Amino acid sequence: MTANPLLMGHPLSSPEHAKHALLYMYRIRKFEEAVEDLFGRGMMHGTMHLSIGQEAGPTGACLALQITDQITSTHRGHGHCIAKGADLTRMMAELLGKKIGYCGGRGGSMHIADVETGNLGANGVVGGGIPIAAGAALAAKMRKSGTVAVSFFGDGAMNEGAFHEAANMAAIWNLPLILFCENNKYGMSSSTEKAFKLENLADRGKGYGIPGVTVDGNDVVAVYEAAEAAVARARNGEGPTLIESVTYRWKGHSRSDKNLYRTKEEIEEWKDKDPIPNFIHKVLDKGILNQEQIEEIQKISTEQIMQAVKDAAAAESATPDGLLEAVFKAVSA
Amino acid sequence: MSDRMLTMAEAVREAMTIAMEEREEVFILGEDIGIYGGAFGVTGDLYHRFGPERVLDTPISELGIVGAAVGAALSGMRPIVEIQFSDFTAQAMDQIANQAAKIHFMLGGALHVPLVLRTPQGSGTGAAAQHSQNLEPWFASVPGLKVVVPSNPADAKGLLLAAIDDPNPVIFLEHKLLYKIPGRDPVPEGATRIPLGVSKVVRTGKDLTIVATGIMVNKSFEVAEKLAAEGISIELIDPRTISPLDAAPIFESVEKTGRLMVVQEGPSHAGYINEVIAQVSGSASFGNLIAPIKRLAGMNIPIPYAPQLEKVAVPQIADIEAAAREIVKNWR
Repeated sequence: MTANPLLMGHPLSSPEHAKHALLYMYRIRKFEEAVEDLFGRGMMHGTMHLSIGQEAGPTGACLALQITDQITSTHRGHGHCIAKGADLTRMMAELLGKKIGYCGGRGGSMHIADVETGNLGANGVVGGGIPIAAGAALAAKMRKSGTVAVSFFGDGAMNEGAFHEAANMAAIWNLPLILFCENNKYGMSSSTEKAFKLENLADRGKGYGIPGVTVDGNDVVAVYEAAEAAVARARNGEGPTLIESVTYRWKGHSRSDKNLYRTKEEIEEWKDKDPIPNFIHKVLDKGILNQEQIEEIQKISTEQIMQAVKDAAAAESATPDGLLEAVFKAVSA
Repeated sequence: MSDRMLTMAEAVREAMTIAMEEREEVFILGEDIGIYGGAFGVTGDLYHRFGPERVLDTPISELGIVGAAVGAALSGMRPIVEIQFSDFTAQAMDQIANQAAKIHFMLGGALHVPLVLRTPQGSGTGAAAQHSQNLEPWFASVPGLKVVVPSNPADAKGLLLAAIDDPNPVIFLEHKLLYKIPGRDPVPEGATRIPLGVSKVVRTGKDLTIVATGIMVNKSFEVAEKLAAEGISIELIDPRTISPLDAAPIFESVEKTGRLMVVQEGPSHAGYINEVIAQVSGSASFGNLIAPIKRLAGMNIPIPYAPQLEKVAVPQIADIEAAAREIVKNWR
């Protein structure tokens, strides 16, 4: 079964859509688990930012997007990349420092971009992708391409000047931009309670004269519905929308995190709100998929990730040749 | 050939006009560049010629402006950003240094950023410390940025056209005192490009090599003309592009003259001229030197306000003249 990044539509609108939503959430979950495992076994170097627990956000949002729509992503960006349709082997190969990796081993986990699926890149700087997405939306408007841009960012990024400047520019120019905040409750160790004097971060939309909506970020259906409405507005020339997708990061910020700033009980409480079983209950209740089909999807996703790890591990390592020549794109005569 | 004597502001505007007429993906964005015509009048009437979409007035949001330009550049456009004073690039540095400069390399060549950032720099206007800096070393120390410092209208036009064509981010630093001065040479009509990364021998000579950029080229030229009457023959080289630096013509010149003086307006500490000195020191031309290398640069202080203080902070014509005379007279 290959990726179908062109599939759009409501996750409950057909068995095909339900399968797609479930497959992509499983893929993200299992990709992250594989990464954690490879790190644990000393087979991957650098750092990692896992998005386990947050799978519904990117999956729901990308179901509202065409392949030509653009996204910018974050340091915690594997989910966005996968949801937009990236190749799992090339992603895993990048993390393993291989030649066939998306960046040829030059970028790693925080810098994967995929031109074919409209992914302008993850970003190592909090808030770095937001003005870039506004620029992509500006280009879409100037070129009348009919595409929209989605900037994924975390709650922490909303306190960066980059968010403010980009949100304001997108608002005054009516840009086809969706500001998609994954509020996972913590910017590294800073809780949203400490970093904001707001109950709903989406209320900030009002300050820019744009709609702000808060959705259950662990419900892929709710995320899709909010994203679809925002995308429709954007395509219609009505400007940007701020979506706050409330979710939770199960794992630490990165590999150095000892989780000193939160309780085990809190983490357990959120694990009970796991977006994957949450969606499975819905599709079983509505009779869209049966148990057997669900198990089949889980099995397929596991096989896909195992294959990606296997192929990536076997691929040729990146070599230092050509590094100097790679700094600039060659000027054509 | 025409005999059009333009100012640098006119030449820069002409280059942008040509580029915008040639390609519809070229557009300008920045603060007060529309009806106002730019803080230094560089965009002038372009707003009326090309309309508000292609001469896009922005809010005062330098980080957002450069970020939007990066995103637009990644999406098929060719933005020209005007940052009102180079000092304000500090507000936008994440997008310049972490994003624009690194995207092509970091993403394994998947994307590139054809962006030009034009900005006025330099002292001499009484605007004090936050409106007068020469910041080329900031940019030249970041791999992935090309850095251009034009010294005259004809070069500014040709280099800017090449910068707009370039698929990479180019920082284009215009000295604000040059904006209103006509150059020594006419500005050719048409769309002739001057390739980036090619040094120019402005004046040939046999006793002393002077390397300078921007306004220091003009000052050094004046000194060279004056000292010629005293029998001191100066060869003047304008690298025009700080990064990449075309050092070969400098080596050749040093081999011939045996004496080298480097001049910049910015502070001496960690300035780009130190890179020139390092490259000469590591080249075969070093063996031809008969005098210690002379470095003439701004003082290591923020630019002060009062005119008599501002003047001493950066090399003046008299300083260049005295230093040139001294090196030639003392080392024979």
